[in-house]
Amino acid sequence: MIREFGTGEVIYIVLAIRWTIALSLIAFLGGALGGLTVALARVSTNNSARLAATGFIRLFQGTPLLMQLFIVYFGLNIVGLPTSAWLAAAIALTLHASAFLGEIWRGCIQAVPSGQTEAADALAYNYITRMKDVILPQAARIAAAPTTGFLVQLIKSTSLASIIGFTELTRAGQVISNATFKPFVVISLVAVLYFILCWPLSLAAKRLETRFDRAVAR
Amino acid sequence: MYQFNFEPVFAAFDTLLIGAWFTIQMSCMAMLLGLAVSIFGAVGKTSGVRLLNVLVDIYVEIIRNTPFLVQIYFIFFGLPALGIRMSPNQAALLALTVNFGAYGTEIIRAGINSINRGQIEAAQAIGLSWLQVLRYVVIKPALRAVYPALTSQFIFLMLGSSVVSAISATDLTAAGNDLNSLTFASFEVYLVTTAIYLMMSIAFSIAFSVIGRTWFAYPVNR
Repeated sequence: MIREFGTGEVIYIVLAIRWTIALSLIAFLGGALGGLTVALARVSTNNSARLAATGFIRLFQGTPLLMQLFIVYFGLNIVGLPTSAWLAAAIALTLHASAFLGEIWRGCIQAVPSGQTEAADALAYNYITRMKDVILPQAARIAAAPTTGFLVQLIKSTSLASIIGFTELTRAGQVISNATFKPFVVISLVAVLYFILCWPLSLAAKRLETRFDRAVAR
Repeated sequence: MYQFNFEPVFAAFDTLLIGAWFTIQMSCMAMLLGLAVSIFGAVGKTSGVRLLNVLVDIYVEIIRNTPFLVQIYFIFFGLPALGIRMSPNQAALLALTVNFGAYGTEIIRAGINSINRGQIEAAQAIGLSWLQVLRYVVIKPALRAVYPALTSQFIFLMLGSSVVSAISATDLTAAGNDLNSLTFASFEVYLVTTAIYLMMSIAFSIAFSVIGRTWFAYPVNR
């Protein structure tokens, strides 16, 4: 029995966006925390911290996200956690985002002129005050555009969670496509929904970049 | 305590290597085709012809704001509704090419914009033809300027190509999936598969830096 592609099916797909958004938010917030740690370790004066952070970044940037998802998914069981696509996707995407944001933010921290660090040292600020009140606020301005750009990449990456069986936008589309035999319409709808989600962010990233360039050029 | 069992994985290691070789071939082919698309796209974008400009913009924005997985599903499952049928491997190559083309267009466009107009005027003044100007004064220096961005985009392409296993193309990830369903040693299979990907991305980044040093080994005056 072939199901009709009607309003109910469209609503089912549109509502599945909430899982894409939820997964993106979790990965982004977790990734922000992890990324900040990685970035700070990457620019620290401690050799082993720097080495560990570099290794972490290389490992996650040098392997496919799909493999990271599979390893976490099948590894959950080994460390004694229940096998759940939801948990695996959240953990794998958080680690993935930590590595990428860590590398992006490292660049932003290093782009703050070294005179700022020296001035903070001259005022006898300790590490925490120097980072919190001097370096990071300036790095954040540089980071705004590339971070927004990465958010777009992350939203698109959550589609891979469908392969390990997590029902978000892409998987909802697949389910409906299989039931209605209307792959062309259904997949186009899914693509349009992703576009609506991502395009405003892409535009915002571009606008932030031009605004920043203009501010620096002045 | 979980008992790791790598034996069946290494017993069938050659199937993984065959998959890896396919991934390398497919990625390189997609890169070359995608590079051609990118150069056309970037030249179209900087040509000043309004229609071309809009068309390239639409292409780039659609591809960059939708997931690769959805693009590949569209090509493999959606296009047959319009009578365009492809094998999984053909669909994978097409999807990778179209995807790389969009990112490459943006990268090369940035490279072309970085070229000083005076260079082009000077080349015209000494009587180079339109094609010579494009080739020696615009494209080669533009590629040189964006070479690092282009190579890291290629590594993304190669790693992203693991997604083509979702339409059962015969790449490294698909070889891993097959081995997984034969041995049930899921964790070990994917750990080894991931290690092969890591090796491939390291090897490619070394190869690219060597190629970059030989191809673009001419001095720049600044």
